[in-house]
Amino acid sequence: MVKLTKEDVLHVAKLAKLDLVEAEIERFTPQLSNVINHFSELLEVDTGDTEPTSQTTRLENVYREDKVAVEGSLSAEEAISGSDKIHNGYFKVKAILEGRTDK
Amino acid sequence: MKNTKDIPLTIKETQEGLLKKKFSAMELVDAYLGKIDEEKDLNAYITICDDEAYKKAGEVDKLIANNSLDFSENFPLLGATIGHKDLFLTKGIRTTAASKVLNGYVPAYSATAVARMEKAGGIILGKTNCDAWAHGASGENSDFGPTKNPWNKKFVPGGSSSGSAVSVAAGLSLIATGTDTGGSIRQPANFCGVVGLKPTYGAVSRYGIIAMASSLDSVGNFGKSVADVETVFNVTKGEDGRDSTVKNAEFIKPKGKIKIGIPKEYFVEGVDKEVAESVIKVSKVFEKAGIELREISLPHTKYAISVYYIVQPAEVSSNLGRYDGIRYGNPRADFGAEAKRRIMLGTYVLSAGYYDAFYLKAQKVRSKLIGDFEAAFETVDAILAPVSPTPAFKLGEKASDPLKMYLADIFTAPANLAGIPGLSIPSGFNEGGLPLGFQLLGPRFSEPVLFELGKLYEKETDYKAILPNL
Repeated sequence: MVKLTKEDVLHVAKLAKLDLVEAEIERFTPQLSNVINHFSELLEVDTGDTEPTSQTTRLENVYREDKVAVEGSLSAEEAISGSDKIHNGYFKVKAILEGRTDK
Repeated sequence: MKNTKDIPLTIKETQEGLLKKKFSAMELVDAYLGKIDEEKDLNAYITICDDEAYKKAGEVDKLIANNSLDFSENFPLLGATIGHKDLFLTKGIRTTAASKVLNGYVPAYSATAVARMEKAGGIILGKTNCDAWAHGASGENSDFGPTKNPWNKKFVPGGSSSGSAVSVAAGLSLIATGTDTGGSIRQPANFCGVVGLKPTYGAVSRYGIIAMASSLDSVGNFGKSVADVETVFNVTKGEDGRDSTVKNAEFIKPKGKIKIGIPKEYFVEGVDKEVAESVIKVSKVFEKAGIELREISLPHTKYAISVYYIVQPAEVSSNLGRYDGIRYGNPRADFGAEAKRRIMLGTYVLSAGYYDAFYLKAQKVRSKLIGDFEAAFETVDAILAPVSPTPAFKLGEKASDPLKMYLADIFTAPANLAGIPGLSIPSGFNEGGLPLGFQLLGPRFSEPVLFELGKLYEKETDYKAILPNL
């Protein structure tokens, strides 16, 4: 039986970049444990010599010419049209580096 | 068009009416938009686009006035009104995935399927409601409120393409689009009494369609007849140079005496009696029409839910990683409960220490499930099965228990895991007045065989679409 702890849930949430509130942690912990326990039925299946499947139509790599398709490409303006936090045609994001502290 | 009851029910009726000037495309759009407004409490639509609808209707009327047209060749969807699942990007028209994360997002381009249907003469009416990010089997996970079943508003319409199924069933649009990752077209079609197609993986481009689980997603549609669904499939299928999983395949055509297999694992405990009996009744219709029936076995069926609910959330957690609230949309805190649950589940099964036990194991059992189908298709041309273990269930009945909700996908998820096509067809009603139906599954790229069988069933039963009394 898998029984997720609150710490497990918080660890996964951190990996997934989700900030959960207390009520969500309480709700998700048993729900996720319940679903994950259901998966244990897969242990019944002998997969010793079975290859895993990730693609069903057996396509090999598909290549195209390394060329910009003018038709169907978005203009810079269109590309940033989904955000209102724009500066000089760029997306504004929070700083990820801080100023040097050794000077 | 004086009465919304005069709304045509098929593409053929629509085009005949337009050509014989029984009504104009403008009047058609008037009637449909009026009906959408009348039936607002079904909550089938998130966004109505009357400007675009009237503009396109004007173009259609002009085309008809100025030309003697060969509809089937150039404009197979001329005058057909469309509801697009709100997962399909529509240039200049808000697209939300039924999630608050994308509330207010207006795409700069359209999905290939949207563009092709427009070019074929279709008229967009609006964007239909669905489970947010297509996560669900009831429509109840929409951040815009649940859609209701038009045959009984206390029941769910199925999901995730809930609004699209309801739109077609209730006559709010002639056709509608959907996505099917684990049953999201076939199951709502089944619950609402309309035809729904989940094409072969890679038959229709996913370009411009909000991704859920990329090894499972397929792009299909709803209609009131098999012929209409086939027409839309033929418009949308094929390479567009923008989704490298799409190939212009050699389709399998029906030939000789067709054999249908009936999988014994789909008639087990837990399957509603009326559902099982109705599918058996359908098999007799095929038998009478000269089709050979065979019992077959798909032994790994019972593991499909576990495999699906490992592979799918894993891919969901990756696909929803792009929503960072920076380039478009709102921050991740705006994800609803089900999206968060699936992101968490997917992240867990992919995380260090669990990958082999869950994800890799699921991928291997997935191969076993595919092997089941391949063995079956050596002896039969198609498979006949129930779509869901039960007819539509009550709103709220499964909403608080995710595992219970997930188990409803048991008969639909295998086709997605195997990448094969499935066609969901209505077959009548149960004692409670809710729709019943069945699905036909075939080998990859065997859609023409499924259409042939579907049309044969409609012909043998003299099938006529009806609208619910709302």
